[in-house]
Amino acid sequence: MSDLNSSIQAVHAASSPGSLIQAVRQLAQLQDPDAIPMLIEVLGYNNPGAAIAAVEGLVKLGDVAVPILLNNIDSYDYGARAWANRALAEIGHPHALENLLEAASNDFALSVRRAATKGLGSLQWSKLPPEKQKTAQEKALQALLQISVDVEWVVRYAAIVGLEGLAQQQPAFVGPISEHLQQRGNGEPQLAVQARVVLALQRLEEKVP
Amino acid sequence: MELTGAGLTLEQALINLRQTQDTGLRYYAAWWLGKFRMSTPEAIDLLLLALEDELDRSPDGGYPLRRNAARALGKLNEPRVVPALVRCLDSTDYYVREAAAQSLEQLGESSCVPALVQLLAGGVEAAVPVPGKPHLVQPYEAILEALGRLGTKAEISHIEPFLEHPVQKVQFAAARALYQLTQESQYGERLVQGLQAEKLPLRRSALIDLGAVGYLPGAPAIAKTLAENSLKLISLKGILEDHLRQQQDPLTLSSDSIQVMQLMDDLL
Repeated sequence: MSDLNSSIQAVHAASSPGSLIQAVRQLAQLQDPDAIPMLIEVLGYNNPGAAIAAVEGLVKLGDVAVPILLNNIDSYDYGARAWANRALAEIGHPHALENLLEAASNDFALSVRRAATKGLGSLQWSKLPPEKQKTAQEKALQALLQISVDVEWVVRYAAIVGLEGLAQQQPAFVGPISEHLQQRGNGEPQLAVQARVVLALQRLEEKVP
Repeated sequence: MELTGAGLTLEQALINLRQTQDTGLRYYAAWWLGKFRMSTPEAIDLLLLALEDELDRSPDGGYPLRRNAARALGKLNEPRVVPALVRCLDSTDYYVREAAAQSLEQLGESSCVPALVQLLAGGVEAAVPVPGKPHLVQPYEAILEALGRLGTKAEISHIEPFLEHPVQKVQFAAARALYQLTQESQYGERLVQGLQAEKLPLRRSALIDLGAVGYLPGAPAIAKTLAENSLKLISLKGILEDHLRQQQDPLTLSSDSIQVMQLMDDLL
């Protein structure tokens, strides 16, 4: 039996949370694109350790996992959806933009929203054709600005991380994003979020020529 | 009248609590007044009255309305309710005692400390399960947590033995209280060890405790625990904010606070 088949079988056969994590780690280590569907399935097993291992495996596989992830987002299981969005965010391929925009702005689950929101700031724009980059970045910016005034602190926190990431990549955004963060900081009720604003501003200050 | 949520108005909630025909309406009204922080004098008076209620009884002899009234009063920030809540610590109903201890903690009322210490009488030997009930003879977690917040070093000798209580959540509550009273890392480390507990509910409990006491050296271990990121984020937020508040200017970022934020960023 091939390594892949025996590893997949080990995941199916795992009889305890610990052995499942072990089996998923092994499957992820193969870095075999044919393992992608199984790794995605694991995201729905409600086992955080196994899901973390599966996400790490998917992220290592990178761009090749993106279309399969996008086609297999589980609309009924928000736990699985959060992990899938985390994987998409970490891989950072801009083909995930529409999915991340939708998840960040409209999902009901905070775990999904915060993962997608952070991801909007860390896409690898250079993988888009040059003429499409600006529009795509504008979309991410508009969404993040809106999300940064959300009612949930953890979503606002994620939006600040996202805005900082976006400004790090697009020098033209440093000015407007810094200005927006400055204003956000003043009205922010949660001390932790205020502190994150200060950190983002400090890091962006170094970017200003 | 303005509608304030969940289909009730302040006026209607007070009417519902004042009537005695429908115990369900009273029960809900008491909860509602707390939930929406309706601290008008009339609401307080009616909730105080509800603490003496005899009409609403559960099959096991408990007092459902008293429980909800005691919980609500903890949210309303009105010092005059303290003596009545202290009397509730002697209630025959375990859940009334638990609610009262939690509410007294929320109110930040140190005058109840002797009454809380009383409930620890007999120490760990006396802290046994009630046969046939899912709880111990006293609400030890709530008592210990309240002592951690409200007490002084004078209570340490009463709390310390509970580090060896057979129920792990009680151990955590003792460690949490002792850390708050002493700021000694040995107690914070007890909670960090709790993050390795085999059962998820215990790991969650340790996460919440670490966040509540702001044990900064625990931050990396929190980030690594096998538990939901949502809880880890809440725990780290507690630690970060506690640390920031201890500084002269909260928004001057130390390398510690930057490290905690980095951990939080990675958990999004």
